[in-house]
This record gives sequence, structure tokens and C-alpha cells, in this order.
Amino acid sequence: MSELRVLKRVKKIDRAAWFGQTTLQKVINGVLILLLLACLVPVFKWAVIDAQIRGSERCVTEGACWVFIKVRLLTFAFGFYETHELWRPVFVLSMWTLALVTIFRASYNFTLKILPFFITLLPLLSWGLLDGRWFGLPYIETAKWGGLLLSLMITLVSLSMAFPLGLLLALGRMSRLPLIKAGSVAFIELWRGVPLIAVLFMSSVMLPLVLPPGTEVDKLIRVFVGVSLFTSAYLAEVIRSGLNGVPKGQGEAASALGLGARQRLFLVVLPQALQAVIPSLVNSCISLFKDTSLVVVVGMFDLLGTVQQANTDPYWLGYSTEGYMFAGLIYWGVCFALSRFSLQLEKVRNV
Amino acid sequence: MTLAIEMKHIEKSYGDFHALKNVSLSLEAGKKLVVCGPSGSGKSTLIRCINGLESFDEGDVLIWGERLEPKKMQKLRSEMGMVFQQFNLFPHLTVLENLTLAPIWVQNTPKASAEARAKEMLERVKMIDHVHKFPSQLSGGQQQRIAIARALCMNPKIMLFDEPTSALDPEMIKEVLDVMLELAVTGMTMVCVTHEMGFARQAADRIIFMDAGEIIEEGTPEEFFSHPKTDRAQLFLSQILHQA
Ligand SMILES: Nc1ncnc2c1ncn2[C@@H]1O[C@H](COP(=O)(O)OP(=O)(O)OP(=O)(O)O)[C@@H](O)[C@H]1O
Ligand SMILES: [Mg+2]
Repeated sequence: MSELRVLKRVKKIDRAAWFGQTTLQKVINGVLILLLLACLVPVFKWAVIDAQIRGSERCVTEGACWVFIKVRLLTFAFGFYETHELWRPVFVLSMWTLALVTIFRASYNFTLKILPFFITLLPLLSWGLLDGRWFGLPYIETAKWGGLLLSLMITLVSLSMAFPLGLLLALGRMSRLPLIKAGSVAFIELWRGVPLIAVLFMSSVMLPLVLPPGTEVDKLIRVFVGVSLFTSAYLAEVIRSGLNGVPKGQGEAASALGLGARQRLFLVVLPQALQAVIPSLVNSCISLFKDTSLVVVVGMFDLLGTVQQANTDPYWLGYSTEGYMFAGLIYWGVCFALSRFSLQLEKVRNV
Repeated sequence: MTLAIEMKHIEKSYGDFHALKNVSLSLEAGKKLVVCGPSGSGKSTLIRCINGLESFDEGDVLIWGERLEPKKMQKLRSEMGMVFQQFNLFPHLTVLENLTLAPIWVQNTPKASAEARAKEMLERVKMIDHVHKFPSQLSGGQQQRIAIARALCMNPKIMLFDEPTSALDPEMIKEVLDVMLELAVTGMTMVCVTHEMGFARQAADRIIFMDAGEIIEEGTPEEFFSHPKTDRAQLFLSQILHQA
């Protein structure tokens, strides 16, 4: 209802903006629009008008061959996960979706209360279901997890681990105890100074050299740990900026009421700090999601990885444009949804 | 008579700056003390030492005869209400949640009775119609009355006010002062930093005048307003009376 009203207003403003222009501005804008159309029309023609999606064999048209995407869709979504066990990843992803929707719908204070459960339970449950052994389901090794499922799992699980760690680091960096402060600063600066791709290499190639021989840690778990540590350093700085932004009087008012240090932090200061940095937090999530595509370098097949692999299939040679376009669309879709989500969160919270 | 507050030879420095110099005072239960003095004279520092928001270098603060020390700090604070110049309501909580937060978490009051008491206090400050609003939806005077109600919800025996009306527009000052005056007749022990001389005359049992970190004059409102002893106090009074 209110959104509709806003939309209408925006349209009105747009119209006013167009008619309020000088002739020169109108000409320039008109030319720009024509140029844009000139670029878009061939793309549209290729992707929609001349495209083919029917059938399951190589296309004969000169347009886009979406058949290639269609026959590979399951791989792009779930990697090489056993086809008759697909209910498991579907269930896991639904769980996360439900959690996000809950966070989105619930009041801010309720969200803060359930968040600890979400970020401990959901990763464990996801692991248990996908891997299978804990629940007596058929075992499916992590090497078979892939596609969008893998991208999302790395993002969500790493975020769940990185968030509490980042919070601790932020608090550590603001601590009065010199040792804790120095440790946090060193950790943050170290991890922020290393590119993610190096972290991934280290975790998959170097770590086994350091660990005592015989100890075998799943490659995906090593990726989770590496990505979490990397992300936590960024989140720490975001959270710290939020904490710094909360006026001193808030903590003092809480103290004056007799609240202890921990209550002060969790009931008064942190909620305000997090609320203030929602856009930056979501920003970190978006970059993390896009960065997961780097796991290709350690031999894992996330969304982009599966697309690239499909491109090399001799039968489907020549359709890599379709593949990349599809991957790009999915990445864009997820990121766009996230940024909408963050906008909504901000709006809801700023009463 | 029991002493509610006793400060003994408090010394406080911020680096090289000597903010409180040998400050001593005592206040009996149920009495009202007004603290005044020029800006920067250490009034806020003094009142914040009483509930430990500011630490001091030397001397002692006793509340109901108990020394204010880290171990007892939280308990003693929960029995003292404080109202700030900038209200300091929690912006992420509704009015009701602002009022019930400390009772629930500090005193372990069941939610229902905390809410009942909160509503009682809101009646008292005439804000019952605004229970479910957020602080940002209220005027300054309304916010300050909520802040007073929030402090009262903890059932304090002492209330500290640090310039509660100086961030308010003139028309809102009265509504806050009225609430404070009503509170004064209930027998609450009160310490008020304020320049509202009308309030001081009406409610205060005693006034102290501070300058440059020292208490340089102390007396009843009557004595202080009609016969200020020091030149500094005379100057100060003529200035604020001039303004009014
Ligand atoms: N955290 C601090 N660090 C350094 N100096 C401070 C600090 N807090 C207060 N001071 C100094 O101590 C002195 C007393 O401050 P205080 O806030 O108690 O004054 P005040 O009497 O309350 O003044 P006002 O009427 O302006 O509120 C001031 O000169 C101030 O500059
Ligand atoms: Mg002050």
C-alpha cells in the first residue's frame, strides 16, 4: 500500500525530471537512450527471440542455446550430489531461507535473541544432512557438493562462524587490556592483508603439511575455516565502527540503571551498533558470496566452477557465453536480493 | 538521621586538570540538594562520582553508609536513579521496553509485574498514552519525563539529576519541573544539578555553589539567594537572574 504510493511518487518525479529539462539535455538523454537500445536490441534478439530452449540436443538456431543450461541445471544447482538424495540440499536451503525470512519478519530484539541459535544450529544441521553420516543417511562426500549449493554453503556457514569471531575481535580491539588489544589488532591486520585466494591455497595445500601426518581434515572444512577467519577480520572492523558510533551516554544510562557490563553490551550498545552497520554488513556478505567463486583454485566446483566445467564438455562446445551469462544472472540475482533485503531491514528498523 | 549520601574529601583530576578539589558533602535521607555553579565548575563530575560513573583519585563516597566500591557498585547503582541532560533513552526500544529493561534484567522482576509498574510510573509522569512509541517519536520534554519514569521503575531511594531541563525548549521545562516537584514531595532523596532557581527555592533544602572544582558556598536557598556570601556567587546569581 505505502510502497505503491512511494512508487507513484517516484514516477511523478521522473516525469517532472524529464519535462523540466532543457532542449540540449533532452537531446543528449535521447541519444544516450538510443545508444543503449542499440546495444540491448541485439542482446535481446540473441537471448530471447532467436533463442532455443526446447529439446535436449545441440541447437540449430543462431540465437542462445538455453538447452545447454536446461540439461545441466541440476549440476549448476547442486554439483554432483546424488540425484536421488537431492531432497537433502533442497531441505537445507529451505531451512536457511526460512531463517532469513524469520530474521526479516521478526522484531529486532527477537532477531537478536534467535540469531545465536541460527548461527550455531543451522551450520551443524546443514552439515549433518548433506554429509548424511550423523543422521544415518547415505554418506555423500563433500567432493560431490557443488554448484550454487556449494557457493551458498560456503557463504552461509562461513558467515555464521565469522560473525561471532568478528564480534569478539571488535571487542578485543576496543579492550583496555594491552595483550588482548594487540592480539586482535594483529589478527585483523594479518587477515585483511592477505588475498582470499592465498588463504584458500594455504588452507588446502599448506595446512596438511603443518598438521601432524595422519590427521585428515575435510577439504571443505578447511575452506570454511579459512574463509571464516578471512571474513571475520572484515566483519570485526565493520562491527567496531558500529560500536564506536553508539553515543557514550547510552552505556552510561545503562550503567546508571545497574546493568552489568555484559548486559550493557548485549541489550543496549550492540543492538544499536549492529543496526547502524546493516548496510556494511550486507556489503560484506555480498562480497563474500561473490568471492566464493575462488574455490575453483582448490579444485572445488561452485556455481562458476560447474559452469566452467560444463563449457568444456565436447558435446556442448561453443556455448560458454550462455553458461557465463547464466552464472552472472544467478550471482546478480542473489546479490540483488541481498541488497533489497538490507534496504528493507534498514527501513523496518528505523522507526 | 541516616545519611543517604556522604562524600569525604574527594579529589579528581583529568590529567593535569584538577576537576574536584577536596569536595565533601553529606545529605540526609529525604532531603533535596541543589548544585549550581558556572559551566565547567565540576557539577557533572561531582554528581557522576556519587553513582560511580566517574572514578575519583582520593576520598570516599558512602551511600547509606556503604562504601561505593567496584564490588557493590552495581547493587548501589540499581538503588539510585539518574537523569541526564541528554535523556539517554534507548532508541532501539519502545517506551515500555525502556522502562522494563532494568527491572527485568537487574532485579529479575517478572515481565508482567515490571510492565504493571512501568505503566504506573507512566501515569505518574503523564505519559501513559505513549507506551508503545519509540523515543524518536517524542518531544524533548516527553523524553525527559520518560527518562525520569525509567529511573523510578527501579524503585530508587535516591534520584540524581544532571541539568535535566537545560536541553529543553522553555515551554517544555515546566512539564519536567512539575514532575520533579511532585517527586520531591514524596520524600525522595534528591540531588539536582540545575540553574532553575524557581525549582531550587521551592524544593531544595540546601544549595551548594561550586566554582573551579570546589564547593565555595553552602546554605539554604533563602540564605543563598538573598545573601550570597562570596563575590563569585553574587556574580553568578546576577548573571542568571539577568537572563531570566
Ligand atoms: N573526560 C574528561 N576529560 C578531561 N576533562 C574533562 C572531562 N570531563 C570533564 N572535564 C573537565 O572537567 C571540568 C568540569 O567538568 P563538568 O562536566 O563537571 O562541568 P559542569 O560544571 O558540569 O559544567 P556544565 O555546566 O557545562 O555541564 C571541565 O572543565 C571539563 O573540561
Ligand atoms: Mg554538566
